[in-house]
Amino acid sequence: MTAAVFFGCAFIAFGPAFSLFIFTIAKDPLRVIILIAGAFFWLVSLLLSSLVWFIATKATNAQDLTLQKNLLIFGSIFSVILQEVFRFAYYRLLRKANEGLAAISEEDGPPLSVREMAYVAGLGFGIMSGAFSMINTLSDSLGPGTVGMFGDSQYYFITSALMTLALTMLHTFWGVVFFEGCERKRWWVIAVVLCVHLMVFSLSLLNPFYVASILPVYAIMLLMAVWAFFSSGGSLHNITLLWTCKTRLKPI
Amino acid sequence: MFAEFAGKILEYFVERYRVHFVLDVSCNSVAQKIYVELNNTVPCVRLLNATHQIGCQSSISGDTGVIHVLESEADLEWPLSKGPNPPYMVLLESSLFTKSIMMKMKNASSRVAGVVVVQKTSPPEFSPHTTCPNENTGVYTETYDHNLAHCNTTVWNPRGNGLSYEEFDSPVFSLKEDNETEVIKQCYFDHNRVVNGSGLQYPLCAMQLFSHMHAVTDTATCMRRSSMDFSTSPVMVCDPLGGYNVCAFIRPYNSTAFGHKENESVVIAAARLDSRAFFLEDSTGAEGSVSGFVTLLAAAQALREATQEAPPTRNILFAFFHGEVFDYIGSSRMVYDMKNNMFVIDLDNVHSILEIGQVAVRSGTNLFLHSDPVSRRNNTVHDEVTNLVKNLQSSTAGLNFSLVETDFSQPLPPSSFQRLLRARAIPGIVLADHQTDINNRYYESFYDNAAHLNLTYPSNLSPEEQLEFVTDTAKSLTEVATAVARALFKQAGGNNSQVNKINADPKTVTQMLYGFLVRSNNSWFQAVMAPELKDILQPNPPQYYVGVAKSSHQANALTYLVQYLLANLTGTATNLTQSQCKKPDELPNESTYLYSYLWVQGVVPPNSTQRESFCVRTAVRLVKAVSPAFDLGDYISKEYSTWTKSQWKFIKARIFLVASRDLEMLTLGVGVAVLFTSLLVTYFVRTKADVLFSSVREPNNAAY
Repeated sequence: MTAAVFFGCAFIAFGPAFSLFIFTIAKDPLRVIILIAGAFFWLVSLLLSSLVWFIATKATNAQDLTLQKNLLIFGSIFSVILQEVFRFAYYRLLRKANEGLAAISEEDGPPLSVREMAYVAGLGFGIMSGAFSMINTLSDSLGPGTVGMFGDSQYYFITSALMTLALTMLHTFWGVVFFEGCERKRWWVIAVVLCVHLMVFSLSLLNPFYVASILPVYAIMLLMAVWAFFSSGGSLHNITLLWTCKTRLKPI
Repeated sequence: MFAEFAGKILEYFVERYRVHFVLDVSCNSVAQKIYVELNNTVPCVRLLNATHQIGCQSSISGDTGVIHVLESEADLEWPLSKGPNPPYMVLLESSLFTKSIMMKMKNASSRVAGVVVVQKTSPPEFSPHTTCPNENTGVYTETYDHNLAHCNTTVWNPRGNGLSYEEFDSPVFSLKEDNETEVIKQCYFDHNRVVNGSGLQYPLCAMQLFSHMHAVTDTATCMRRSSMDFSTSPVMVCDPLGGYNVCAFIRPYNSTAFGHKENESVVIAAARLDSRAFFLEDSTGAEGSVSGFVTLLAAAQALREATQEAPPTRNILFAFFHGEVFDYIGSSRMVYDMKNNMFVIDLDNVHSILEIGQVAVRSGTNLFLHSDPVSRRNNTVHDEVTNLVKNLQSSTAGLNFSLVETDFSQPLPPSSFQRLLRARAIPGIVLADHQTDINNRYYESFYDNAAHLNLTYPSNLSPEEQLEFVTDTAKSLTEVATAVARALFKQAGGNNSQVNKINADPKTVTQMLYGFLVRSNNSWFQAVMAPELKDILQPNPPQYYVGVAKSSHQANALTYLVQYLLANLTGTATNLTQSQCKKPDELPNESTYLYSYLWVQGVVPPNSTQRESFCVRTAVRLVKAVSPAFDLGDYISKEYSTWTKSQWKFIKARIFLVASRDLEMLTLGVGVAVLFTSLLVTYFVRTKADVLFSSVREPNNAAY
């Protein structure tokens, strides 16, 4: 659909992730490494779940369309579960690494708090997940045509960009909440994150009724943002502090 | 597999699948939602000669336009001036494919991105060729005869509009009326129809055509650019047109001995093989070329018995010239070879020539004999021509037509004979069904097909029964072939008592007409072809466009068909085995200097499934027909044909929907807004992070 749509959708889908990367991650090499390793973990989880799906499709009748559709749903649910498993695995890995890093670091104590690692890991998952969702569509948006020949909605590109944005931010928030839950040994948090992830996946099945899928996903994203804010040390008091600081900084 | 799954997750993430769940992810599934590829398109391509480029060109990344189906000539206002969403891709039916409409669209090339022609009904007449074909390479130049040059006396193709020789800088494609055209029309009616003069609603249905041609300007430029590449395998930008002529002597000569043959006198019987249309790959040419060469093939078969029993004094050469449409490629090559001792005979050996022109569309019961008035001013030539006319006219005794000479001051129609006259004043006649201008209403166009010749078969016949059915057209061509064969026999000095035994076979003629104009994949053509060539037989008629001269010894389908048919009709079946057929020189009585040996499939006997293949000994040879201009390196030659065809990378067409500019700008605006907002918010949160996320440190600080 031409360059305007390409850049528009790219900015929508990857703008926030890009700005988060520039302002919070790019300057610290350790954070960059954790980000990329997180992306890699997400990739491995996708690889394993695609292997399972591939074997399942090859082992069954390729002509039976409803069976293949159900296999895809099953494969996707399996992928969601595997992503959370790999998030947990990454948490364990980072905890182990943190002790080693603390030992060799010049400062006292670990160079990165668990909260920072949680945020970076979540963002890594989110960026890679967003990239995989969106890059294919983006490359097709460069051509002169738009979706709609076979009855699909012509808002396909915008809505996939919006979904990708939501997904990226959701992975970031899930990372924060998940790691915090593991740190405090609150195992019900893991279950809740898994359930919310599955809920978002099933909402995406409602496409192309975009109103029914995007609005609830954004509502969930806002709720998760609030939860992540509180679990990473924020509070209403801090927000009021912010405002009063701002008023205090005004010249008299 | 990985990407497949990710692609599938993407599908499910953003779009729920309904009925059309495509499992074979051959390419990107998102692309499959957007584009519909059109596979059965025939493009108009670019040809170049010494001075011009003709044909069509698209931009390198394709030309996109909103589809508009043209309903009448007045409807042109919409794409040319009134329509609000230029550029347009104009879809028109074949009846609207006229010069005035195409010229109007050519002049408005900023608003018309391309043209698509849908082949439907034939218009009453249409000829995209020029009014004076091969004007500059025939014999009638200013020096030869001032009054006859440039068709001053007779305009041979008065209906010609010259569309094939125009240059278009937007792509022009041709589609047949089939499922793909239905999809396009459906898309147009769903999205692009104007309702009550109100504005069009986006998204609109659009089409993109890719037909970028590499060569520009003229042949000299593109040949220079081709040879400038210094790598080991030079990249050609254009290819010379050409092919092979099919030649057969009744008494063959040693094929390695070139030049003059003492005491040999040859009568040449010539016909043209090729034809063209505006869309080159759609060339038919029923009246233009098929009528002529089928008649000559039938005459060759009729002469076989008589010339073997009692060989005439003079030799007869059956010459089928290829590439004649493009400034006489084949015949100019043969004359050049004869003059330079590169052919088995030379011009001194040529006694006379009889050429079969267009003979199938008669306006009465007469056929006409055209001769050249300028060479006939010489008495010797005049006497020879008169003798040939006498032989021809006496050959129609007992047949249902007669041969009439044309007016003495009228020049020759466009024919290969003109190239021989350019070299030497040889006596000759061109046989045609028209007295002055041609009868062919569809000269060198796509509509010159079986229907134009009234080739109709009863509807309840199977294809094999149609092959055997003798049509009226076949009967009339058979008579012409009989007359031609008898005249050739007499002209070659054959015994007059044998003449009445010479008869062409109507069954052969009708089978040839069926194979060349309806379907080439029939049992008879299969029987005469070589086993390794049987794939060239298709359920359609063959292509009559000459094509490019290939560097390997490969000819196009038409050349092979004519070669093998002529071999079958004039050669003899031998008892050689397949391995002997490949190396016949080891046998005492066979010689590859005189003959060529072809292994053909043969018929399938009624009670078995194996073909009875055999070896044919024939005097038929393929002679290279590439314009001498390319051998001489003279790419601006005025003497010889300099036609080349441009090369291209790919040619394709696809349709899709385009969104409104507003939606695109909205998307871009939202994207930029999201990016800036996120940059601001992130910067703000980062600078205030210690205030916002301070609960970790507070307990430490609050200790004191």
